[in-house]
Amino acid sequence: MIIKFLKISFIVFFITFFNLNNVSANNQKVDEISKNLRCLICQGQSVYDSNSEFALSVRALILNKLKAGNSEDEIYLFLKSKYGDWIVYEPEFNKYTLVLWLLPLFLFIFGGLLIVRKVFINRPKK
Amino acid sequence: MKIRLSFLFVLTLIVFILCVFFLSLFEEKSYVPEKTNNKIENFSIKDFYTDKSLNLKILFEDEKYIIINIWSSWCIPCRQEHKHISNLSSFNSSKIIGLNYKDKKNNAIKFLNELGNPYDTILSDKDGTKAIFLGAYGVPETFVIDSDLNIIKKYIGPINSEIVNEIRNLLNDY
Repeated sequence: MIIKFLKISFIVFFITFFNLNNVSANNQKVDEISKNLRCLICQGQSVYDSNSEFALSVRALILNKLKAGNSEDEIYLFLKSKYGDWIVYEPEFNKYTLVLWLLPLFLFIFGGLLIVRKVFINRPKK
Repeated sequence: MKIRLSFLFVLTLIVFILCVFFLSLFEEKSYVPEKTNNKIENFSIKDFYTDKSLNLKILFEDEKYIIINIWSSWCIPCRQEHKHISNLSSFNSSKIIGLNYKDKKNNAIKFLNELGNPYDTILSDKDGTKAIFLGAYGVPETFVIDSDLNIIKKYIGPINSEIVNEIRNLLNDY
């Protein structure tokens, strides 16, 4: 009788332990995702930072989506389809953001070339 | 002479920058992107009174368009726009759906008893997650949606008599 009781309590303990672990893992994931999201009605705050109604709802939604088995990318995609690319901090690489992504690279190469010219090509003339 | 010229140049530059800063003080700073997906999926949502789960599509019945208004009893602009919602419901054949956003049921019922209930159906959004499916930012917001679940029009903030007329013309045209 006692052994049976112990067995059951052991099982219950393990189930709750692993479930709790699971819950906190989900919460961590919510924090992680919400740090990459812009709180659209706040100024200069992420969804993670803000306590506005909007940010709280978005966090609740992320938790729901995670529980339903959605991946991080699916959640970003969903929110982008609702609020546009503006909600994510990192701009997606597409034809609208081509200049944004490539301009620094071009400037870097151009500047590098200028330096190379100045240092290596002009020097022997002197 | 040369020094005076560069001084003048720097001075105009500073004045120019100050002007830009000063003018941008009065600019609207919240940015709403234009390029969003207007199609919404058919999500399920609870009825305010019965707590039964409903599909968004069911709400249309035979109507081609519905108007969804997000409101809450704690939201002061909702109180101001309520008479316009009532006005809209009085001459409009389209159904007006209220989406009760993050509200206590008792307070919401009190609000409706006080100001009247213009809604054909009221839905309940306890944690605000359903409003995200509509792409809403908060309360109040008003949407005109067609039966293919496309958002035709979206009004952020309280509606006024001009918007009521606009919605009326919009639905007459279609």
